[in-house]
This record gives sequence, C-alpha cells and structure tokens, in this order.
Amino acid sequence: MNIHEYQGKQILARYGIPVPKGIPAFHAAEAAAAASTLVAETGSEVVVVTAQIHAGGRGKAGGVKVVKGAEAAEAAAAKLLGATLVTPQTGPKGKVVNRLYIEQGLQIARELYVAMLVDREERRVVFMASTEGGMEIETVAAETPEKILKQWIDPATGLMPYQARRIGFGLGLSGKTLQEFVAFATKLYAMFIAEDCALVEVNPFLITKEGSVFALDAKINFEENAAFRHPEWDALRDPDEENPVETEAKHAGLSYVALDGNIGCLVNGAGLAMSTMDIIKHFGGEPANFLDVGGGATKEQVTQAFKIITKDPAVRGIFVNIFGGIMKCDTIAAGVIAATREVGLQVPLVVRLEGTNVELGRTMLKESGLAITAASDMKDGAQKIVELAGKGA
Amino acid sequence: MAILVGPQTRVIVHGITGTAGSFHADHCLAYGTQIVGGVTPGKGGSSWEGKTSGKSAPVFDTAFDAVQQTGANCSLVFVPPPFAADSILEAVDAGVELVVCITEGIPVNDMLKVRRVLDSQTRTRLIGPNCPGIITPGSAKIGIMPGHIHRPGHIGVVSKSGTLTYEAVHQLTSLGLGQSTAIGIGGDPVNGTDFVDVLKMFNDDPDTHGVILIGEIGGNAEVVAADYIKNHFRKPVAGFIAGATAPPGRRMGHAGAVISGGKGTAAEKQAALIDAGVKIAPTPSDMGTTLQSLL
Repeated sequence: MNIHEYQGKQILARYGIPVPKGIPAFHAAEAAAAASTLVAETGSEVVVVTAQIHAGGRGKAGGVKVVKGAEAAEAAAAKLLGATLVTPQTGPKGKVVNRLYIEQGLQIARELYVAMLVDREERRVVFMASTEGGMEIETVAAETPEKILKQWIDPATGLMPYQARRIGFGLGLSGKTLQEFVAFATKLYAMFIAEDCALVEVNPFLITKEGSVFALDAKINFEENAAFRHPEWDALRDPDEENPVETEAKHAGLSYVALDGNIGCLVNGAGLAMSTMDIIKHFGGEPANFLDVGGGATKEQVTQAFKIITKDPAVRGIFVNIFGGIMKCDTIAAGVIAATREVGLQVPLVVRLEGTNVELGRTMLKESGLAITAASDMKDGAQKIVELAGKGA
Repeated sequence: MAILVGPQTRVIVHGITGTAGSFHADHCLAYGTQIVGGVTPGKGGSSWEGKTSGKSAPVFDTAFDAVQQTGANCSLVFVPPPFAADSILEAVDAGVELVVCITEGIPVNDMLKVRRVLDSQTRTRLIGPNCPGIITPGSAKIGIMPGHIHRPGHIGVVSKSGTLTYEAVHQLTSLGLGQSTAIGIGGDPVNGTDFVDVLKMFNDDPDTHGVILIGEIGGNAEVVAADYIKNHFRKPVAGFIAGATAPPGRRMGHAGAVISGGKGTAAEKQAALIDAGVKIAPTPSDMGTTLQSLL
C-alpha cells in the first residue's frame, strides 16, 4: 500500500527525522494560506508547491513548482489542481492531481539517495544509499552500480551505528553531518520496523549549506500483510489512487487486478490465475483481469466475483478455470449458476472444472439449461473462450 | 524412498481446533498420515475428533509438551497470520525436524525474524509459508492438497503455486506417471525451503527420476535454481513460469509475485532455465507431457 509524500513526511517527523516544514492543501486558497504561514515561520519567501500523486518522477513532469510568496503559490496551485500528470510511473494515462503539499524552500548543498527495503534474496532489510540523489535508482543501478552502497541489517541487532557510519563515510560525509546521518539512519530503521514498511525511499536526501540533513522526499510503501496491526492505515488511503473495482474485490476477499483485455477470468489460486492469463494470451486473446477466488471460496464469493468481472464493459467473454482441491467443483458450479441467474449472462461463458466432485459439478452445469460452454481442460477452455470472445483487445 | 516425509513422519497440528486446522488434520488422517497430536494454547488435555477419518488426537497447550509426549518430528501450522511466526518458532524450539506452514498473509518482517532463527540452526527445516504443503503419495499428506489426484511414482514436483501443483500432478497421474514427492514452497518473498534445497534432495533420491519445477514472477529463486540445475542436477527437468502476461509493479495474488524494477520477469526466468537444459512447457496444460517427453 502506497501513501502520499506529505503523509510519509508526517510519519518521518514523528520519528524525529528532519523534514522541511510543510502543510497539505486541497484548494488554491488553502495553498496561499499555507504559503503565508510558512513564510511567516521561516522568514524566507521561497516555498515549494508539490503535486501529491502516488508516483515518482513528478518534478520532470511539471508537478513541483518553486515560487516566492503566497500569491505565486496560489497561482501555481490553481494550475496544478485538476491537472493530469504523466510520469514514467503513472503510465500513459497519467494521474489527476487532487492534493498538494506546500513546503518551505531549503538551500541545497548536496542531494543524496537513501532507501530501506526488504531484500528477498538476502532475506534481510537492506539499507542503501547513493551519491546520485534525485536520479532514478534503477538507472544508477544499471549504469553505475558501484555508486550504490549497501548494508544488510540483522533483525536481531537492528541497524548498528557502524553500518550507518560506513555508508555515511562512503557518501563523503563528515563531522556534524555524519553524526546527523547516523541518527537519521537509526530513526529510519526504527520507523521501518514499527510501521511495517516494505519500502522507504528518501530521494533526494538533502544536505543543506549549513551541513544539516533533511528528508526532502518520502516514498513509503507499507507491507499489506501487516495491515491487521495497523488500523491507522485506513485513514492514509486515498480512494482517488485506488481502482474502485479492486477495492470492492478486496472487501469481498477476492484478489483482483484489472487489465486491459476483453476476456474475464475467474480462477482459484494465484499461480493458476496468472497462468490462465498466460494461456489466453498464448492463443491470441487478451485477459481483462487477474482474479483469484482463493482456495476455499464460497458460493457467495463466486457470485461476487462474477459481478465484478461483468462490471468491466470491455469484457466480451468469461473463462472460469477451477481446479477444485479443497474447493469442491459442485460448490463452484452452484456459484456460477446462481451468479448467471442473478446477474444475467450477456457474453459467452466457458467453464473448466477439474478435481473434487468434478462429475457432479459438470452435471449441474449441463442440467442448468444455461448457455455454458464446457471445456475438458485448461487448454481447451482457453482456445474456446478466445474463439468466442474474439482475439485481441 | 521419496524425500522429507513418509510413513515415519509423525505430525502435530498447530491450530487443530480451528476450522481450517481441524478440517485438514482430518483429511490428512483419512489419507493415512500419522497425525499424533495438536497444539491449541488453553485447550491442552482435551481430545480432538476427526469427522471424516473417525480418528482422534490429543491436544496440548504447547508444542514442547506435544513433542515430548507424542515423539512428533513434524509440525503442520494452520494458525492465522498474526500468530503464525510465533507457532513456527515454537515448533523450531520444540525440536521437530520439519515445520510445514500453510498460513497465507504472514507479515514479511515476521518472516525475516523467523528466517534469522532458521539460519542459526540446522535441525529444523521450514516449508512455506503460504503453500499447500508436502505429500509423498501413498504414505504421507501433510497439507491441504487433494490427496486423490496423486499416485505413488517417480516424478518430483516443486512449485511456488498450490493449484498449479495440483494441475501438474493431475496431468502426471493422467499420463500414468506417479509422483515421488510433491512440495509447494509457497509464494511469499521470504520463505523457508527454496527450489535449490528441494532439487538437492531430489538429486540424491534414487526414487525420483525426473522433476517438474513450477515458478512464477518475482524474486530470483528460479534463476538460482537454474544455476544449480546447470551445474549439478543429473535428472530431466520440465519447467513452467506463471505470469508471463502480468503487468509490472502489480502484486498478482501472492505477496512475492510482483515484477519490481524490471526484475523477476517470466522471460528472464525462462531464459535461465532453458540455458540450464530445462524444457519449458508451452502452456500450463503441457507440464505433464513436457516432462514425459524427457523420460
């Protein structure tokens, strides 16, 4: 789960990490008021107006404006609010700006890159940093990997000061700045663990002309599996950033990802659901979604899944692919029949059932009188649905 | 033979009085697995009854008591995500040789701690979490897989995905090819047993004549496996990687199934496996026939 930059900075600040003074704004007038407050507090006219969308690369896309005074801030805010930003991370459609963050301007001496994330290969949290602040880390990793410094953190000890010092010296820091960097890194790790982060990226991490450190950006990604111990996350979600159908599916206990194709898929198990997409594509079709009803789905969940798939106007056919293990095929058949009776069936439906109680399930579908095409196996089903729904998106 | 589990495996079930634990303990017993006890804190001293199997098992408050009194050497964990890491570590502390964790949704930070403990000892191996478990057909089913689709035989199956494992096993059985052992290693980013661990055991198992390896997008376990196969593995391997059409940056059901920073794609994994001499099934329907063509 992603949150906005300003929300991330508020969390950083709670852990004592220095961030620039800033105030979120939802309207141009709020932006002007925020700028006035900041100018009064800092004694500097310079403020930064930043578009709050869940994507990096906002600066290059025109989403960050450095201005002087409240009037200019209001004008910049008026231009940004409602505008669509297209960055490498938003996809070609871009994202509409609904929130802004108004921040004090700082005198920049150096920009660095700092991040913590779970390194699956090393099975540790890795603390990484680079002198190439402001750049995409993927680019740095590809072109100049030696510029990325890494320390892996033992969960039994946490980040040790020597590890932070090694990175700090490696970045060319010294004196007061190095001390501030070590304190920053220690606090960042405490936050990473306590807040159940999957990724925290501070890019750029700023050294001011006075030699002080600041987190100038904050990208935080929470580990969804830990949501049960973070009820406060709900308040941080931005519904504008989420696909409403995906949210609905999640509440129904279904795992759903919207795609661009025209063949809706209803499958049990994540691996089988992914490979169902693959086999549709293999035969020239385009999947409209990934949908995993899980290992023990009920008749009600299957009905819900059907409703969700048929909501997508691009869907020209549905492929139900079930390998019943725990889940019995007759349960699936009952769900499919109930759903088609309730929702109606406007597009071709191909059903492949295999596993526990398969004969009973197949008989139920056959005797339902519904226009359901039965498939003998996954390949047969994929070929049939691609033929019925048409190739390509 | 076969690997890791068999008639000698004596299992305690963590969460045996819960809905999932009770249902599956019962079906494991019905399959013939030795379920010798259960662990539910606060219900120690009671007896659990399985409806399908008609068998019962004693319930203990702690894994320590369960292992002491039953001589169990394996733990099967069904407890919900908030408590699962605790149960895994309790089983490790109790000294079982194998912990199989079915639970999906354990926070990765909890698994990092579990991993730290596992790496500091050699007695206990963890399979999972977020997996269907392990089965040696005909002798021990320790997990949630449908037992009836399996047949005893000589093909090893190792997979990140549950239902794709069933798919592969079903295809093999339909072709008359039985399985030595089928293992789901799970779809989480930080897990216990990896592809290479399982491949080493299949390599040393005279009863395993060929292997189906099923991977998916995310991480690089398949690439590491390919390297091992290329340099050390002596038996034919058929492979399949799920998620060739998955969009980058999106988590596809499994916590670990995500292409991040352009890494962990199906194409890169397939290329590594092909380079190692693995034959890739063109579609998930062809896993069985692809393996058959190598025998």
